[in-house]
Amino acid sequence: MHAIQIVLICFAGFALSRVLIRYRRGGMRMLHLGLWIAFWASVAVVAWLPDTTNLLANWLGVGRGVDTAMYLSILMSFYLLYRSFAKIEDLDRQLTRVVRANALREMEEDQRLSAVERSK
Amino acid sequence: MSQRIIVIPAYNEERTIADVVREAVKFADRVIVVDDGSRDRSGELARESGALVVRHAVNRGVGAALGTGIEAAIRLGADAVVTMDADGQHRAVDAGKVFERLAQGDVDFVIGSRMKKSDDSGHMPAHRVLFNTIGNVLTFLLFGVWVTDSQSGMRGLSHQAARTIELRTNGMESLSEFLKEMKDKHWRMAEVPIKAIYTDYSMSKGQNFFVGVKVAIKLIFRRFIG
Repeated sequence: MHAIQIVLICFAGFALSRVLIRYRRGGMRMLHLGLWIAFWASVAVVAWLPDTTNLLANWLGVGRGVDTAMYLSILMSFYLLYRSFAKIEDLDRQLTRVVRANALREMEEDQRLSAVERSK
Repeated sequence: MSQRIIVIPAYNEERTIADVVREAVKFADRVIVVDDGSRDRSGELARESGALVVRHAVNRGVGAALGTGIEAAIRLGADAVVTMDADGQHRAVDAGKVFERLAQGDVDFVIGSRMKKSDDSGHMPAHRVLFNTIGNVLTFLLFGVWVTDSQSGMRGLSHQAARTIELRTNGMESLSEFLKEMKDKHWRMAEVPIKAIYTDYSMSKGQNFFVGVKVAIKLIFRRFIG
């Protein structure tokens, strides 16, 4: 086994432990847990037995196993980028809703106090 | 009695906000300045000049500030709402023209167009014409609405339009999102020529290439993702 294989397997093990810790703390849904376990387990298997990617490459018609892994990594990266962007947009909108609600509540409170002042 | 309200989003505009509000109050029953988390005295100066100030605790962008201002106007009983910029680019007299157009009752949404020619039109710098044209084309391609000035900050909304508008974007891209709302909600639209005043200050506040790219990406996201 080459050094790079050991590094990749160790990293996958570390990432899996982080996923499990996060799940146990309640910060992750069962579906996401399953997906992340499948992903990091695949990384570990491919690192340990690189020839397994050739099976997938032959099935997909890509040619070399390494190329298949690269294509899938790029696809995965784009998907994660999209998910992150969508999440940020969603948080951005939620923050605006909170800030707006607060601003309008303060405005109405000021209006009410002004009305009370005027009526005195 | 009909209530006309001008909404002005402001972020660090202490150099111009007092003059803008003092002019605006002449053409509206009420002026609302949305202080979008300014770190300077914009809110304080706007209040001293006669505006009702609604304050965002943190900066959320011009679209978010417009949404807050329009919502505040509706809560205060607005029959018509006109938005204008805080940097001194717009003349309050043009806000009056937009109110007059809305008062005719046959439209729900009015754009104060800097590109539409009239005797009173000003001269728009060439790079601004280019940005606006790109904005118009992008708005047309994404939302299927063609107007002469999709990036104008001076807009008028009837009570019905102001009550039902739902802006989801926070930044400059909201200017094009108004037009999506117009199309989705079947508002009747008109454009009124206005004159923009270009100063070094107002030019420094407007769009540049990088803002334009960011706006384009957000609009594409808004169109295809939601």
